[in-house]
Amino acid sequence: MTTTRRSLLQASLALPAAAMLPRAAGAAAPFNVGFVYVAPIGDAGWTFQHELGRKALVAALGDSVKTSFVENVPEEGADAERVIRKLATDGNGLIFTTSFGFMEPTLKVAKQFPKVKFEHCTGYKRAANLATYSARFYEGRYLTGLIAGRMTKSNVIGYVAAFPIPEVVQGINAVLLAARTVNPNVTIKVVFVSSWFDPGKERAAADTLISQGADVVMHHTDSSAVVQGAEEKGVWSFGYDSDMLRFGPKTNLTSVTMHWGDYYIERTKAAIAGTWKSGDVWGGLKTGMVKLGPLNAAVPDAVKAEVAAVQAKIEAGTLVPFAGPIKDQKGAMKVAAGKSLSDGEILGMDWFAEGVQGKLG
Amino acid sequence: MRLSLEARAKPARIMVWASPLIAAVGSIIGVSILFAVLGRDPLAALNILFVAPLETIDGLAELGLKATPLLLCAIGIAVGCRAEVWNIGAEGQFTIGAICGGGVALAFGGNDSWWLLPVMLLAGIAGGMAWAAIPAFLKTRFNAHEILTTLMLTYVSIQLLGYLVHGPWKDPQGYSFPQTRQFEADALLPMLIEGTRLHIGVVFALASVPLGSILLGRTMLGFQIRTVGAAPAAARYAGFSRNRIVWVCLLLSGGMAGLAGICEVAGPDGQLTPVISPGYGFAAIIVAFLGRLNPIGILFSSALMALLYLGGEGLQVSMQLPIAVTGTIQGMLLFFLLAADVLINYRVRLKPSRAAAGATGHA
Repeated sequence: MTTTRRSLLQASLALPAAAMLPRAAGAAAPFNVGFVYVAPIGDAGWTFQHELGRKALVAALGDSVKTSFVENVPEEGADAERVIRKLATDGNGLIFTTSFGFMEPTLKVAKQFPKVKFEHCTGYKRAANLATYSARFYEGRYLTGLIAGRMTKSNVIGYVAAFPIPEVVQGINAVLLAARTVNPNVTIKVVFVSSWFDPGKERAAADTLISQGADVVMHHTDSSAVVQGAEEKGVWSFGYDSDMLRFGPKTNLTSVTMHWGDYYIERTKAAIAGTWKSGDVWGGLKTGMVKLGPLNAAVPDAVKAEVAAVQAKIEAGTLVPFAGPIKDQKGAMKVAAGKSLSDGEILGMDWFAEGVQGKLG
Repeated sequence: MRLSLEARAKPARIMVWASPLIAAVGSIIGVSILFAVLGRDPLAALNILFVAPLETIDGLAELGLKATPLLLCAIGIAVGCRAEVWNIGAEGQFTIGAICGGGVALAFGGNDSWWLLPVMLLAGIAGGMAWAAIPAFLKTRFNAHEILTTLMLTYVSIQLLGYLVHGPWKDPQGYSFPQTRQFEADALLPMLIEGTRLHIGVVFALASVPLGSILLGRTMLGFQIRTVGAAPAAARYAGFSRNRIVWVCLLLSGGMAGLAGICEVAGPDGQLTPVISPGYGFAAIIVAFLGRLNPIGILFSSALMALLYLGGEGLQVSMQLPIAVTGTIQGMLLFFLLAADVLINYRVRLKPSRAAAGATGHA
């Protein structure tokens, strides 16, 4: 009896893997992987980096995978669920949905397609066939804060932000904390533009910040408008998502860049091999999901060395960006000396550190 | 020889029917050339674009789901346009309808009260009407143009929604992401077909087609609406109140947009997020004019618009074509449709050109 039941169990466990095997074995029947993008791919930005990841996957696994993607899928409304379902019914065994707003639709479709594996970027809802992945972008931000603190003369950093969500707030606080380690007088002015992609608004916000005295600007939106604006006005800038040096060859100091290729390759290999498991991956500088782009020649060698040293410490875990003492805008102690924020507290961050000017929510 | 357009004495009845066919043939040829240039099999691509979405129950359900908000908003807009009352702000009324109905869902959901869904729907309609009442008041009292006021109020409504989901209505368990909690099961619209997302809202949308036709074609009010639009002087002479028509048109279109809004959040969405419409209120303006401001025409144009969205996604998924291609195809179709409409009021004449008249043989 026992053996029968066990073998039955094993058989049922082996079934999905067995179903994968013929696909994996022959080049004739590749494993299908789908991607859902929130914006048009364009030539830089959040979606562009995911597209680079998809291309890396194709380059690595060749004919054993067939990928497809749908771009410019609105986060809001009923469209995302239909697109994800379409990819699932079209025979994709693994589907990456690459924006926070796809969380609920991905969860709904994952329930309807228990055999298909789903991966949602930057979300927090998981299921047996729905994993989540993201990266500690704030680690890269911390390094740019260090450079900004060294380069600013006016001690005012201008920050063009999309929405006051934790991921954005983490970046702003990380920049401030890092800048103040080398320059205690730094303050950050924040403008929220209520859009992830609106080059006109982003540029207008950057101009406003520069006219208010900012001599370093950075952005947490998806276009390169801020970098281009800074180049015209002759103030320093940092890029985000993609390397944006070419949009500001004289003034773009560096960019915080994101790299999904290795993760996509690893997860697709696991899905093909039948070893894929749901879970949560939160990468960072150490895993290479977040990197600092090439540094502008304008960055002095001493600062370069300093940045490299701090990066090594973050990767080694000996330096934690959100370590106390940290005060909030009202001056209340938010993180005591000797303590640091837990991942949960970082993920729900809804307060600005002292020195950030701007209102949340 | 050269082509010239001559105004017809009156619209050609045959062209009313022939122009969509001409447009269809023209766009199929144009789209086929595009596919061929891109190295894709035109027949297979056309199949994915126009046929595949209609082949499954699920596809039809998705078509109905996508067309529902377009249809509801467009019929309201069209009634207004017939009276030359231009409601450009259906997007805003849609948003306010979603906020009002969604607020009811958040406040009273989870108690299995029988009255919850009706009250949510009524709140959505009332919200849309109230939002459209502002431009109606400004128009009738101060003669402020509704194109401006309805459009600007759209941005106000989006900011209001943003304030609510970033602030007081934010899901406390949501890691401070800007969204409300999910509605309870009793605050979600019932599904018409099990296993699909086609909800009862499509019934309201379909019902609005005959109701809109009857209103415009068979009632005194509809006659007044059309007269105020087509012949304002005659309407004045007949004693029709223009202000009353402005109020009626804006309240009606606002209420319908509000209904579309609450149906969307209580249907497929199930929560409020910073943006709830991917531009339905604006797309509905295209749909209304594509349907020649006629409810039955709008039924077809909303279905066509929905099909274009679905087929466009199909092209991306199945043929790995970039979104720019689907956008090009959508633009091409709309262009042919509107261009062919010219034939209703104009006829194409071949005239000997001045140069050709004197010369010989050079065709």
